[in-house]
Order: sequence, then structure tokens, then C-alpha cells
Amino acid sequence: MDIYLLEAIINGILLGGVLALLALGLNLIFGVIDVVWIAYADLVMCGMYAIYWLYAELGWPLPLACLVAIAGVAGLGVLVHLMIIAPILGSAPINQLLATGGLLFFLQSFATLLFGTDFRNIGVRLPVIELGDIYISYARLLAFAVALIGAVALYVFLRRTFVGTAIRAIAQDRDIVGLMGVDQRRIYLVTSAIGGALAGLAACLLALQYDVHPFIGNTFGPLIFMICVLGGLGDMIGGFIAAFVISQIIAIGGYYTNTELSYVLAFTFFIVLMFVRPRGIFAR
Amino acid sequence: MLSLAAVNAGYGSFQALFDVSLDVPQGEAVGVIGPNGAGKTTLMRVISGLVPLTSGTMTFDGRPVGGLQAHHMVREGIAHVPENRRLFPRLTVEDNLRIGAYIPQARARFAAELERVYALFPRLKDRREQLAGTLSGGEQQMCAIGRALMSRPKLLLMDEPSAGLAPLVVEQVFELVQRIRAEGLTVLIVEQNVAQVLAVVDRAYLLEVGSIKLKGTSAELRGNDFIRRSYMGL
Amino acid sequence: MSARHATLAVALGILVCVPLFTPPYFMHLLIQILLWGFVYTAWSMMGRFGFVSLGHGAFMGVGAYIPALLWNYYAVTPWIGIPLGVALSVLLALVIGYPCFRLKVVGHYFALVTLALSQVVMLSIVAARDVTGGSLGFTPNAVGFSWYALQFPDKRYFYAISLALWLGGLAVWRMIDRGIGREALEAISEDEDAAAAIGINVMREKLRVTVISAALTALGGAIFGQYLMYLNPETVSGIAVSLQIVFAAIVGGMYAMLGPTIGAFLTISLNEGLRVAFATNFIGAANTIYGVLLILCIIFMPRGIVGVVGRVRLRRPPAKAVPAE
Repeated sequence: MDIYLLEAIINGILLGGVLALLALGLNLIFGVIDVVWIAYADLVMCGMYAIYWLYAELGWPLPLACLVAIAGVAGLGVLVHLMIIAPILGSAPINQLLATGGLLFFLQSFATLLFGTDFRNIGVRLPVIELGDIYISYARLLAFAVALIGAVALYVFLRRTFVGTAIRAIAQDRDIVGLMGVDQRRIYLVTSAIGGALAGLAACLLALQYDVHPFIGNTFGPLIFMICVLGGLGDMIGGFIAAFVISQIIAIGGYYTNTELSYVLAFTFFIVLMFVRPRGIFAR
Repeated sequence: MLSLAAVNAGYGSFQALFDVSLDVPQGEAVGVIGPNGAGKTTLMRVISGLVPLTSGTMTFDGRPVGGLQAHHMVREGIAHVPENRRLFPRLTVEDNLRIGAYIPQARARFAAELERVYALFPRLKDRREQLAGTLSGGEQQMCAIGRALMSRPKLLLMDEPSAGLAPLVVEQVFELVQRIRAEGLTVLIVEQNVAQVLAVVDRAYLLEVGSIKLKGTSAELRGNDFIRRSYMGL
Repeated sequence: MSARHATLAVALGILVCVPLFTPPYFMHLLIQILLWGFVYTAWSMMGRFGFVSLGHGAFMGVGAYIPALLWNYYAVTPWIGIPLGVALSVLLALVIGYPCFRLKVVGHYFALVTLALSQVVMLSIVAARDVTGGSLGFTPNAVGFSWYALQFPDKRYFYAISLALWLGGLAVWRMIDRGIGREALEAISEDEDAAAAIGINVMREKLRVTVISAALTALGGAIFGQYLMYLNPETVSGIAVSLQIVFAAIVGGMYAMLGPTIGAFLTISLNEGLRVAFATNFIGAANTIYGVLLILCIIFMPRGIVGVVGRVRLRRPPAKAVPAE
């Protein structure tokens, strides 16, 4: 096998890690609260700006900046739910989707207001690992590893803890969880916080590799939605797998053609698959 | 233990319960019978807090609980086994039981309660890792009851426990109710199967079109002509 | 002639005479309002029935780029190029719409599939950068005043075209609103299976309104291209444009005929107002306010501004479901 193809495949897997993390977050929120946060990628953008500001401008140590960013975006998630979703929980689901769309507009413009449209980089240069003829960015490897750890941690939380079980239960039957003493509203807030925290974690991982600018959400946001729908909206495992499928298409496609075309391929693959399996490839 | 006085309740502009008053003395088993659409499930939902009452009072253990929401009612000690079981289909049996122990006072004693429930329902223990949606009707009913018991309730509400079950299984369910009673639990059962439920409870109420039409001990009701003709086919 | 007709006639008269006394700057704004109003109105023909598409940027992009590309590379007159662009958009709409509607892809799924569509179109335009100029944009060859090339340096001509287009769009909106199609579509949006059960050809109705909406949007995109003489994938296609269309239509109110136009008026005025007031000091301020407005709108005024101000007949919400017991 061509060594560069192998490199592309490996990079695809590594890229898939962070995408999978975001897919988990989005699916979690959708599965529990039945809303698609169109602005989810922009929460990541906020996290990236937070890290940039704390680390590159204020000079905080990077690990601290990351932790604060994760906590901050988690808090942002709670705010999103409290201020935007909760007031319209009763109305048509499409309204909630559109309301988060308004949030997308707001976040992107507000970031423009605060930071301008320049690309900002936190300036961390991590080494590149050499394995024979393959070059792998250490940042990307680290991001993959951390994303995987995050996914496992989420899994353990959902399977083994009481709150985690309650979250899974609410996704299956939200009307009667109250009979077991579960406060629906509180679970929604916890879920929103976790979704935000995952976005914050992804922000840390992406900040290591990419520049941030107000509209960066538009680059991977649609990708995440596509991944989630492909795996079945709300299906955490489906989304996790779909993330790697899509990232492979992008990586291999990018190897044979150019970057944009690889994305076109991925999206076209998505549209075609939507017609073959409208409920997602893993629909039961 | 539980007292409802002149309770009215409904859904929006549709009123389902009219001036309902009933008492469930501690340690007893009380039944509510009546036809479909009478409001029996609504009554259960009002007691467990899923549906708010529009007027009237409700007291439990001497404390007023009229406006409390469901998740607070559980903390008070009322557990509701819903109509049609309503297990979480894609959670395992054990996860369903786990969620039953969600409230703090139950969480602390989770392991012990789990063993108690498994002792009561050995079949559940065999199937602890099985997805609840794949259980048979009778097993689901046991799981639902077990889930309610996990919260260590003082009062157990059972909504149509015999619904959709084969006669043999129904008998097993009511045997179970006897055993639960024997452990000191107070029970309120809503049932369509009049003969079975009157055999198990101490007293019962007849609910028709949202109002209490008759009440008395189970012996009294079993002897009542109207009940015998309309609900027992005799 | 009733009072209402008289008012309309006067309003129309004013609109027609506008070019006579308006400086080019305001003309430019008016043209934008009319064209965007036209596009937003086209979108709302689908949106008002619950078919929320987040992909209309795709139709706009195709409608804009095809005539421009054909003109630059093959000297094909836009009189042919534009219909081709519209036809291609219609084809796209059918290719996506038919399977979607057949397989009951609705709600969230439909919104996200259409969003993917607009991304595909945008990314394709960027990927084909050798032909389309990619992110740097594309400039149709300017030939000065020409009917053949549909290029008019004098803004008044485009004002007339935009006005005609806008009025045409309103007429189509009215036709859908008054026709049987409207009742059928409302039935479909409420309960598709029930609608099918009483004999409504669900597929045909949905496809028809989708095709109309896509065609008009493409037409709007094409005229935009001709007017601005500059195309950029970000501004005529992609997720940002798609969302912008949706939001303006909602803020203005998509259930009333003039709602989307009011949305266009509000957003463009707001943008211009802020730009004039703050110049480049607060880039992004306009959209920030806009974003907040949109959120507030959805929470408090889901029928848009027109719904609050105008006398719109509100449907009574469906009765709450009552359990069997």
C-alpha cells in the first residue's frame, strides 16, 4: 500500500476522534432533550477563543486555560438551555432548532465584535512524530487519545452512575421518570452541561491544531450534524462509528483529490445514504 | 395514611375527577374499580403527582401533599407502578431497578434493596442483564413492581397490574401483592379485574365517570348486587 | 374602487415612481430589499407549511453561478443562462425532494439534509476553483449597458426588474395562499398520513411547492449576480445564506404575504444603519443584534412581526391529548 495512503488513513482515524466526541455531545442532547443545537460547533468556537484569550493574551498556563474553557462552555450549555430552549420546549421542535440557529448568528457575530475576523492561533507548536516515512502530528495524536478517554469517561458515567442511568432513561420515556424521583428539569440542565463540557474539551483539542476565527463553526458544524444523522440522531454509538466513517471518506478522498472535493464526497455520501437509510445506517 | 378530600382534576378543559374523596389506612390494601374511562388512571396520576389537582386536598402521613410534583412525591414515600408497566425498554432489568432507587434515601441502600427485590423476584435476578423490552408480560410486571419497590415506599400505587397478562400470570401477580402486603406495605390498586382485586384488598371504591359511586369493605362489595351484576357478570 | 384598492394603487404608483427622485445609494438599498424580499418570500412558500429547508443557499448559488459561468466561458446570454440555472436548481430540488418526501424525511432530518445540500453546492463551487474562482469570487465579464448581457450600469433598470420580480413573487405567494394547494399543504403539514388517506396526493403537492420555491430562489440569485456583477460562494450559497434566508423570513413573519419582505427591510436597514453609525468600528454588531432579535422572536413572536402587528388569523392550538382513562 502506498505509504501516503496509509498516512491519510491514520490521519483520518485521528481526525475522527474529535468528531466522534462532538457527535456524542450533540447526540446526547438530542436524545435527552429532543433538540438539535445548530450552534453546537459555535460553542466549540467560544471555547477555542477562551483558550486563546486566557493562554495567549493573559498568559495563563495552558492546562488551566483548558480546564476553565471546559467549565466555561459547560456553563454556556446550561445557559443555552435555560434561556433559549426551556422557554420554548413546548412548541414545535423545529422552533427549537431555529432558535439555536439564532444563537449561531449571535455567537459568530459577537465573536467578530470581540476579536475581529482574523485567524488566531494559540501558538503552541507540538512536534511531529516520524514513523518510517509517515509523519503524524503529535497534537493530532494527543487529541485523538484525549477524545477517546473523554468518550470512555462518558460511557462509564452513563452506564454506571445514577444520574447517567437517569439520563438514558429520560431519553426513552420522559413522562414517567418523575415517578422514580427524577427531576426532569434538572436532568436537562445536567445534560446541557455535559454537552457543553464535551464541546469545551473538543475546543481544547482543536485549539492545539487549528487557528480560530469566528466562522470556524461553519466548517465542521455541518459535518457533525451529518455524522449524527448518519448514525441515527440520538444514537450515541451510531454517531461514534459514523464519525470515523466520515473522517475516513474525507481523509482518503483528500488523498486522491483535493480537500474541498473530499468534503463534497462526504456530503454526497451522506445525502445518498439518507435516501437508502433515512433513519441512519444503524436504524433498528 | 393517604387521604383525598373533594379532589377535582383533569386535563386542560377536560375534567376527569369530580369531588373524589377516599382514604387508604396504613397497612391496608385498598382497591379502586370501575369501567374504562372512569378516571382510575387519572386518580393514580393525581396521587403520584403527575397530574395536578385543581381543587381539594390530599394528605399523606398527616402532611399535605396536594401540590407536589411527581419527583417530590416519591421522596414522600409514594411509589407508582404505571399502567402498562412503562419500563425503559432499552435499559437492562438491573438498570430499571437502579433508576427506581434514584432518590437519595434509596440510593444509600441500593445494594440491600436490590437483593431484597431479587429475593422477591428470582426470575428477575436471572435476567438482570437482559433488556427490559425483551421480557415477557409477566416478567415486565414484576420488574415494574420491583422498580417501584426500590424507592422504599410506604405506599405502593398499582395501576391495572393485570392488564394484558395471561390468567395464570395474573394470579401470580396478585399472589405477589399479598406477599408485599405481608411485609407491611400499604397498597392502592386500580383494577378492571374486579373478582381478583376484591379477593386481595380490604376495602374498595367504585369510580364511575369521575365520581365515587360506592365504597365499602371488599366483603360488602362482593355481596353488592349492582357490583355483582355489572362488574362480575353474576 | 374600494378604499383598499385605492391604497394599493397609490402604493404601487409610489413604488414605480421611486427611481425618479431617489439617489443611487437608496436605490441600491431598495433593490436589495426587493430582491432579498423576493428570495425570502420564495422560501416562505415552503416554510409556512412546516417544510423548513436550511438549504436554499444551494438554489441561490446554482441560479447565480450558472448564467455567470456560461456568459464568461461561452458568451451565452443570460436570457438563456438564467433559465438554465433555474432548471438546474429545479432538478436539484427534485433530486433531493423526491427521495426525501418518499421516505418521509421530515422535520429535523429534512432540515439537516437540506443543510448538507447547501454545503455540497458551496464546497463544489470552491472545489472547482479553476473554473469558478473559488473563495476569491467570480466576476462576470462587464460589457456596459446591454440588454443581451442583461447588464445595466444604470440602477433604475435593475430597480424595475427587482420590483417586477418582487411583485411576481407576491403574486405567486397569493396564488398558493388562495388555491386548493394551500389547504392540501396545511393538511399535509398537520398529519401526512391522514392527508393521504383523504385523497391528497402528498408527493405531488410537496414537490410542486418545493420546485416553485427553488425556481424563484434561483431566479433571485441570478438577478443578484447580474446586479452586483460579483459572485462569492459564501454570499450566495452555503450555510450562512441559508440561515439568513430562514431567519429573515421568520422575523418578518412567514405566514403573511408581506412578512418576508418586512424581514428583508428590517435586516437590511439594521445592517445599513449600524454600518453608517459605527463604520468599521463594530463589525459584527449588526448581526449580533440580529441574532438576539431572532432568538427573542422565536420565543415570543413565533409568527413574526407581522403576526403581532397585523391582524393575522391565528389557528387555535390542537387540544391537549387526553389519556385513555
